[in-house]
This record gives sequence, structure tokens and C-alpha cells, in this order.
Amino acid sequence: MPSSPPFVSIQGVSFAYPTLTGTTGRQILSGVDLDVRRGQLVALMGGSGSGKTTVLRLLGGQVRPQAGTVTIDGQDVHAQDVDGLYALRRRMGMLFQFGALFTDMSVFDNVAFPLREHTALPESAIRDLVLMKLDAVGLRGAQALMPAEISGGMSRRVALARAIALDPQLIMYDEPFAGLDPISLGVTANLIRRLNDALGAASIIVTHDVHESLAIVDYVYFLAEGRIVACGTPDEIRASDLPYVRQFINGSVEGPVRFHYPAPEYAQDLGLRA
Amino acid sequence: MSAFIRGIGHAFIDSVAKLGYAARLLLGLLQESGIAFRRFRLTVAQIHFIGNYSLVIIVVSGLFVGFVLGLQGYNTLQRYGSEQALGLLVTLSLVRELGPVITALLFAGRAGTSITAEIGLMKAGEQLSAMEMMAVSPVARVLAPRFWAGVISMPLLAAMFSAVGVFGGYVVGVVLIGVDEGAFWSQMQNGVDWLEDVGNGVIKSVVFGVAVTFVAVFEGYDCQPTPEGVARATTRTVVTSSLVVLALDFVLTALMFSGT
Repeated sequence: MPSSPPFVSIQGVSFAYPTLTGTTGRQILSGVDLDVRRGQLVALMGGSGSGKTTVLRLLGGQVRPQAGTVTIDGQDVHAQDVDGLYALRRRMGMLFQFGALFTDMSVFDNVAFPLREHTALPESAIRDLVLMKLDAVGLRGAQALMPAEISGGMSRRVALARAIALDPQLIMYDEPFAGLDPISLGVTANLIRRLNDALGAASIIVTHDVHESLAIVDYVYFLAEGRIVACGTPDEIRASDLPYVRQFINGSVEGPVRFHYPAPEYAQDLGLRA
Repeated sequence: MSAFIRGIGHAFIDSVAKLGYAARLLLGLLQESGIAFRRFRLTVAQIHFIGNYSLVIIVVSGLFVGFVLGLQGYNTLQRYGSEQALGLLVTLSLVRELGPVITALLFAGRAGTSITAEIGLMKAGEQLSAMEMMAVSPVARVLAPRFWAGVISMPLLAAMFSAVGVFGGYVVGVVLIGVDEGAFWSQMQNGVDWLEDVGNGVIKSVVFGVAVTFVAVFEGYDCQPTPEGVARATTRTVVTSSLVVLALDFVLTALMFSGT
């Protein structure tokens, strides 16, 4: 497997959100390298604001890096015109953090949306496919409900069914475990693993649920302040003695990652004189 | 002092940039409008939503404006003994000016706000991003059907407004006050030119339809994806589109009716 070229390759990518007047704001990513092969399930971990979601937005071509390249199946994402980019996106599925279901459509129509937009299948075939996808996430019975009538965890599962409607080759998950109850969490984690293996896809999970993800992924990248600070297989990560990784796995406040946002001295802020 | 000048400069640059962005969006919207006609059902659903649901407010307002025109028109005309021209006065006022303008203002408040809020909330809920990631252009799939539904609905609503308004003028003038019915209708028939008056009114309402609906979809698409941002965008839709309608009305009237 290591000999095959990676399906997704991010090389030396730096990114800062541009502003209206042409200058760039705070540096989000600096010199990030990341590879994902077919059939591989990769976790991208890091604290809030470490730039994890930005990596997904770069892969989807929604934002453009200031330096470095992002290639998917050998094609440079940011060298594509609109048609090329849309052709690439048709091979991707993305699960948004809060599902991002279309609130004016039923669960069924949400999952049918990509099929209706991108295929000329007859309605009966679409119905079969949608029910298959909904069954995979255990929500075939909820097909007639509107997004407002289902819980947050269920919305996420519907969104997952929608993301895989076109059998994508690259699946991206933005915080798939956040806010799920323990049962849904375990089921979703297994589902992600099974989907990846069944589709032979490359998957990236952006998450900070360390233990759930270590149990299912093949490889882990740790992102901090816009850089990859550690990477390895789950076993290597568990055995790692890098302070950053240890802090993250143990969930401790003390360590290289500051819990507090930069601030003046507490006493000074409270108006106390030493 | 320098901060003040910088502030003015920033405000100016920002508004020019926004104007440019709006122009590019309009071009993109027109380029990607094919879907609104190829899959006309999408547009029809929006016509139902923004057109049909505006009917009540349009019809009721048209009726009252007609009543008022009948009363005021009669009061002025009878001073010169020409109350038979009431039908003509009411109709010309409506088809040339009040029909298109008031319909557009009401439309901005009734339908424009709902378009902006809907698109803004879709943006806030990442629905537009999700659509982009599914390789579906939100400009084509969400904006274009709403835009064309607005452009199609506006002249129809304006026609409805004018028709109901004429009826309102008739009720007050003929039924209540007692203006001669034959004179009311025949003066109207003789005095209103099909192309000059009705045609120009229709052109106005189409232009207003483009302006109001575009402002509404633009503000929704451009808004800050937060509750406060959607609220501001909705307000801006009403303010901007009302001002644009009134300004355009002056320009169009000057072009259409100043020659002869």
C-alpha cells in the first residue's frame, strides 16, 4: 500500500483569510503536509481554532491557500476552473458539523438532492437508493420528517446519508462526534469505518474526540497553531511521549497548549495593585 | 483627525467593493439563470411562495388606494366641473405610477424580506456551503429561481393592484358619490393609451421587479451568517430596495413621459 500514490495530498500549505482590501488576516495554517490513501481513514486532531476545519475547506476548494498545493487523485484542486472544481466535488462527500440539512425539504428529499441534481435516474431508482442510504444510518423510518422535527444527532446521520448518496471517493467529516450521546457515538464511529471500507474511499475525520477516533482510524495527524506537530498510527500516538500529544490525550490544562486566550495579568485586569 | 479621514476612506472603499461584488453577482446570476427555466418547476414553486402569498396585501392595498383616489380625485375635479374625468384620473394615476411603485414597495416589504431572511438563514446554517460542496451552485439553484419568480410576479401583482384600484375608484366615485357611470368608463377608455400608459407601466413594474428581487437575493447572499447579520440584511433589503424603486421611478418617468 505505501507504494501507491496518495489519493489526497496536501503539501506545504499556508493559509490566512484574506480581507476585502487585499491584506491577509491571522495566519491559520503554515506549512501543512498531509496525505490520505484510498481505503485509509485519517483523523485530523487539534484544539478549537487550530485550523482543522480550514483544511477541509481547502480540500473542497472553498478557500485558496497562499502557498503550497492541494491535490486530489493527482489533480491540483486550486488550478481547476469552476467546471473542473465541480467535477472534483462530485467525487467528494462532506459531513458538516451541524449537518447543514436543507430545512425546506424532508429527510427523503435531502438525501435525494445530490442524486436529483447530478444524475438522470428515474424517480423509482432514486427512491431505492435513498432508502438504502437512509437504512445505512438507521433512519429509513424518518424519511417523511422535516429537519426541524428530528434531533441534532439524527440530523447529522441524515447529513451523512446525504454525503454518501453519490458513493464519494473522498469523505470528509467535520466533528462527526460532537454532541452525540454514547450510543449514537459508538454507532456513528463504526458506521464511518464501515462506510470507508465498503466504498474503498479515503476519509478524513476532523475531531477532538481522541478515544473514539483512535479506535477506528488508520492514521492520526495532530494540528496545533497551524502546524502538524505529530503524526502516526493510533498505537504510535498512544505510545507517544510528545508533551503536546500527552496533554491532548490526557485532557490536562497544563502543557504546551494554552487553555487561556492571551490576556493581561489576572490581577491587573481585576484592578488589583500588587 | 487622520483616523476620521481613514474612516471615510474605508467606508468609501467598502461601499465601492460591495457595489462591484453586487454587479458581479448580478452577471453570474444572469449567466446561471438557465436552470430557472430548464427546471421551471423550481421557479413556479417560488412564484407560488412570493407571488401568491403577496396577493392579499396587494389586493387590499389596491382597493384602499383606489378608494382614496376616487375621493381625492372627485374633490379636485368637481371644482372645475369635470368630475366625469374621474375614471381617467384614477386609471392613469394607477397604471402609470401608483400601481408599479406601491406594488414594488409592498413587495419589498412582503416578499423581499422573506427572500433575504431565507437565503441569509440558509447561509448561516451552512446550507449554501453544503450545496457548493455537493457541486451544486447556490447561485443557480437558490438565487436564480427566486430572482426570476420575483421578476415574473411583479408585473402580475402590479396589474392586479391597478385593476383592483380602478374598481375601488369606481365604488367610491360611481356607487357612493354618484358620478355618471357611462362617463366614468368612456373617458377612461378614450383617455388611456394602451402602449403609452399601460405599456410603460408594465415596463416600470418589470424594472422594479428586477431591482427589488435582486436587492433581496443579494442582501441575503452577502449577509453576515449570524442572527444579527440576517436581521441587518433584512432591514437593508427594505431600505435599499425602496430607495432604488423611488429613484428608478423618477428616472423612468422622466424618460417615458417628459417628451410629449
